[in-house]
Amino acid sequence: MADIEIQFDDTVDITDVVCPVTFVKAKVAIEELDDGQILKVHMNDGEPIKNVPRSLKDEGHQILKISENDDGTYDLFVKKVEE
Amino acid sequence: MAVDYATLKKGGFMRQKQKNHFSLRLRVVGGQVTAGQLAKISEVADKYGHGYVHLTSRQGVEIPFIRLEDIDEVKAALAEGNVSPGVCGPRVRTITACQGSETCPNGCIESEKLAEELDQRYFGKELPHKFKFGITGCQNNCLKAEENDLGIKGGLKVDWKKESCINCGLCAKVCREKAITITDGVIEIDREKCNYCGRCAFGCPTDSFDTIPGYIVSFGGLFGNHISKGEPIIPFIEDHDKLMKVCDATIGFFNEHANPGERFKFTIERVGRQELEKAVREAYNS
Ligand code: HEM
Ligand code: SF4
Ligand code: SF4
Ligand code: SF4
Repeated sequence: MADIEIQFDDTVDITDVVCPVTFVKAKVAIEELDDGQILKVHMNDGEPIKNVPRSLKDEGHQILKISENDDGTYDLFVKKVEE
Repeated sequence: MAVDYATLKKGGFMRQKQKNHFSLRLRVVGGQVTAGQLAKISEVADKYGHGYVHLTSRQGVEIPFIRLEDIDEVKAALAEGNVSPGVCGPRVRTITACQGSETCPNGCIESEKLAEELDQRYFGKELPHKFKFGITGCQNNCLKAEENDLGIKGGLKVDWKKESCINCGLCAKVCREKAITITDGVIEIDREKCNYCGRCAFGCPTDSFDTIPGYIVSFGGLFGNHISKGEPIIPFIEDHDKLMKVCDATIGFFNEHANPGERFKFTIERVGRQELEKAVREAYNS
């Protein structure tokens, strides 16, 4: 998936918290969406980028794209999948 | 009554400094104890011991201050709660294990199930000296596999699946061995560097890896008066039956070659590593 722009429904910034609150904050944000809607998660390098995508996937959501920004942060696009 | 300490010890009764008192070692497999067993252990520790247990360094449970004359009663009481005495002395000791893939997100193998199986197969088997098995579910090595005479470490053999990959780059990022390179969207795994940790597969947000669970086995570890790290001999074992054959061959080698009171590491040194290698490879290749 090259550089297609992904349309998203909501965004959450988790660069202001540390593990394990990073995942908690992302989880709360995705809970508020409807099935199929897309959340953009803005996060730091390090533990968050290694753990948050995996945790979201383990919860059953679909990761569409992860892009690295010039300042070393990441944007992750995740589609909500209701159980 | 003449006291047969050797028989007592075999049954897990460890003589204490205090005259006629024993610390009773219980049989625990892979560190799992049921709530029902705990309740019975608690009851026995209260009634026959001093109201506490000691947790050993190898996931064992001991009830100190059991009196000699109560031994039969204690055994009967424990049996009611499905608790049996452990062993000490020259035989296969407690099989230790981490929780493994059943509950741990990093787990590559079912450590617990394997512990049960090895327990059924070998627990208490008489040998020239003690022999310890330890099973850890992944490279994090929570269970310290290499401390054991035979250590088993779970791993995943990973293969990239192009179709579902979204080229996010996470797999290369989470790989601590720097075994993954991505060139023009194509992922390459350096098998020389890969240590089967499974991080790439667990971390991949789109499940773009095929995985085969398997075992990395180490031989001759010990961690007491002498300290030595178990070393591998054979490559990653993908097949469960092959693992069992390797374990059988190792125990057989120790039984045949060890002098009484000699730990596996020293048997290997005395008889020659190449001899063990021969026996283990034969099992591996059969
Ligand atoms: C979402 C939040 C968290 C995630 C995803 C996470 C993930 C992990 C992972 C994957 C490991 C294994 C590290 C390794 O590969 O060696 C680990 C270890 C550990 N974590 Fe966390 N963790 C989180 C939160 C926390 C918190 C809040 C604490 C403590 C307050 C904590 C304490 C530890 C400790 C003590 C270890 C063991 C480190 C070691 O033995 O080297 N973690 N964590
Ligand atoms: S060794 Fe691995 S599988 Fe076992 S408990 Fe530790 S992290 Fe989990
Ligand atoms: S299994 Fe571990 S070492 Fe091997 S490529 Fe994946 S992350 Fe790297
Ligand atoms: S983590 Fe998965 S999706 Fe991302 S590049 Fe690696 S294989 Fe592809």
